[in-house]
Amino acid sequence: MSVKHALLALLEQEPMYGYQLRAEFEQRTGTTWPLNVGQVYTTLSRLERDGLAQGGGEDTEGHVIYRITDAGRDEVATWFTTPVARTQPPRDELAIKLALAVTVPGVDVATVIQQQRSATMAALQDYTRLKRQATGTARAELAWSLVLDSLVFAAEAEVRWLDHCEARLRRAAAELDVQNSRLTDGTSSVKREFRRSTGETHADRTRR
Amino acid sequence: MTAVLQLTDVVRVHGEAPHEVQALRGVSFAAYAGELVAVMGPSGSGKSTLLTIAGGLDQPTSGAVTVEGVDLARLGQPERARMRRTSIGYVFQGFNLIPALTAAENVALPRELDGVAPRQARAEARQALEEVGIPHLADRFPDDMSGGQQQRVAIARAVVAERRLILADEPTGALDTETGEEILRLLRARCDAGAAGVLVTHEARHAAWADRVVFLRDGVVVDETGADRAETLTEPAAR
Ligand SMILES: Nc1ncnc2c1ncn2[C@@H]1O[C@H](COP(=O)(O)OP(=O)(O)OP(=O)(O)O)[C@@H](O)[C@H]1O
Ligand SMILES: [Mg+2]
Repeated sequence: MSVKHALLALLEQEPMYGYQLRAEFEQRTGTTWPLNVGQVYTTLSRLERDGLAQGGGEDTEGHVIYRITDAGRDEVATWFTTPVARTQPPRDELAIKLALAVTVPGVDVATVIQQQRSATMAALQDYTRLKRQATGTARAELAWSLVLDSLVFAAEAEVRWLDHCEARLRRAAAELDVQNSRLTDGTSSVKREFRRSTGETHADRTRR
Repeated sequence: MTAVLQLTDVVRVHGEAPHEVQALRGVSFAAYAGELVAVMGPSGSGKSTLLTIAGGLDQPTSGAVTVEGVDLARLGQPERARMRRTSIGYVFQGFNLIPALTAAENVALPRELDGVAPRQARAEARQALEEVGIPHLADRFPDDMSGGQQQRVAIARAVVAERRLILADEPTGALDTETGEEILRLLRARCDAGAAGVLVTHEARHAAWADRVVFLRDGVVVDETGADRAETLTEPAAR
């Protein structure tokens, strides 16, 4: 995540010191991605080094106030008008886990899927509860509510993907059965395992 | 606290052997006053069957269904019909609106059948239509409305007057995300006001409005999530 750009965008609004920046950031994003103040100051010194912001002047309590430079303004404008890069998919632990669960013999894939679905669903319920509370129309509250929406849609996508995985695995298992397979390689044993763990009986399969 | 809806070991077999289909195989399930429960599961897992049995529209092959402590099997046909009209609001997967009646008449019908004076029934209907965001469509006929609008009429009919039990089968199917969310807010508000709600949906985003999510697969409840976690995450800063 670009802390650098987020802080710079905040400085464009008005000059601020480190703690203020952190508070403003968290007000808008609902502390979804907590920042520690050390991180804020490290970022500020990099911004200063790159000529995008300038520290100087202290308030009455001795906090160093940072203000944005013209180069910094250009940088912010470019950031807002450039789409977030999707070239490198972030490493997705769940996708990796499932890929391994499906191929490593003896893993109860159906349970892996259901447990994740329950956990994701519970998180989704929590986000939704928070959303029900964030009903104000103030700008910052709206921002926080949109961040929550983002989390909601991402969690929903994960549940849909899990549903999809389950359906495909079940279909694959059923097809394998139709072929009356003599195969005994790793893959088919995984599918047998999947079937067993979904509690499917032979009678179920013949009924279909 | 007694459950508004209680299903105990409900089995529902459709058809005869060897072609019988076990739509539900021993489902126990409860919904309490003030609670919204979502039911999720793949197509054919028995969600609609569960809901029609809960609403007294279908009878279990074995097992018991009670609504507000009354065993539905003990009721005669007219009493059951009366229970359906007065205590239970039902949103069908298809909307089941009567084409010859306007939106307001569709919504008022169950009240009028129950002996409420037409004027009052009509006033309640307008109120319900307002709650689902379509007061201006009160005098339209279903055929002259979009799918999403018809769906909202069907929802208004289910929530008109104070129903104790609201059963909704994919009530957000034909709605865009924004309208879908409004409907969920409405169902949620009804439950917060003391009704028990059961919502069948395949959209996780909508199920997330529920206090509990029950997962159904092949006619069996396989998992359940939610309840009692509300307080732990309302303060994300604590993480
Ligand atoms: N009247 C009927 N006669 C025979 N089988 C039926 C009947 N009604 C439902 N079934 C079967 O019972 C099973 C459960 O059906 P149900 O309609 O409850 O599923 P569902 O979970 O609501 O699915 P969907 O998500 O597609 O609406 C299915 O296999 C279905 O084919
Ligand atoms: Mg159905």
